[in-house]
Amino acid sequence: MQNNATSTVAVHDRHGEAHAAHNPALLHHFATEEQQRNSASLGMWVFLATEVMFFGGLFCAYLVYRRWYFGDFAAASKSINMWLGATNTAVLICSSLTVVLAVWAAQTARRRLLIGSLILTMLLGLLFLGIKGVEYKEKFDEHHVPGASFSFDHEEIPGHPGQYANPKHAQMFFSLYFVMTGLHALHMIIGLGIFAWLLTMAWKGRFTPEWHTPVEIGGLYWHFVDIVWIYLFPLLYLIDRHK
Amino acid sequence: MSSHSTSSHATSSPLKMYFAVFTALLVGTALTVFAATLDLGPFNAPVALAIATVKATLVALFFMHVYHASERLTKLVVVAALFFLFLLLGLTMSDYATRALS
Repeated sequence: MQNNATSTVAVHDRHGEAHAAHNPALLHHFATEEQQRNSASLGMWVFLATEVMFFGGLFCAYLVYRRWYFGDFAAASKSINMWLGATNTAVLICSSLTVVLAVWAAQTARRRLLIGSLILTMLLGLLFLGIKGVEYKEKFDEHHVPGASFSFDHEEIPGHPGQYANPKHAQMFFSLYFVMTGLHALHMIIGLGIFAWLLTMAWKGRFTPEWHTPVEIGGLYWHFVDIVWIYLFPLLYLIDRHK
Repeated sequence: MSSHSTSSHATSSPLKMYFAVFTALLVGTALTVFAATLDLGPFNAPVALAIATVKATLVALFFMHVYHASERLTKLVVVAALFFLFLLLGLTMSDYATRALS
């Protein structure tokens, strides 16, 4: 980055001759293709840093209440189907693999692999949301959704026979559960929109080894959403499961 | 950045790495579920978070190409994001964790 200024000047000086030579994918205000790619990734990482803080606030709220109401949180966590969460973790990890395959396919001009990987990523994303829907339906059926019909009576605190969870404290767990997994699911839905757009671009053959920036930064977004889930899964589904 | 370095390498090398990371992530998930069934005393949560952090680091370093990033600013942004996250969590929890002492 430090030689930016000089290299930009250099490009301007020989702009006339360079124009005919350079790849049309290289925008004029960048010195090299690598610098162009780096700039796009850097911008995406700055956005992801804001996303870290965005989810960070929720994780912080979660930690505070988990400390205060640990037993109630454990009882509430135990009522969620852990296997749906574990399956979804595996589904997201598979989708992250298809995303790196898509980026690699774009880098190496493998159009069919690129399109296939994008479609597979979207199918896995939809599968994740479907499983999430099954999980939410269970919670609705059990009246574990915070609100007027919420009920969490006579639920034992794991490891403390005869002690029951305070429904109000359990409701705090479910509020955090729905907000955190809900916002995560919203990110998945936005991700599906991004990947649908990437798929149409890939279908039209817009991506080349020189220019596939949208695939790269769309991939960064998808992986970030995967990382959020990697933390959500143990924190929400696995509190005191051994008791 | 990575796209440049990976495309200039032999085509099979990044794929091997991607599948190795993928396998490690699946093993990590199974390990988390297994560890949750064990009674580790006060260490259940730290173990779960440690496994999650290893998995997240693998995704960031190899799937998000931070490891091979030629641009140091990208790494700086990652470190800055983590720094402010720990500032948020650390300062908040140091307050709530020490309230009983006063």
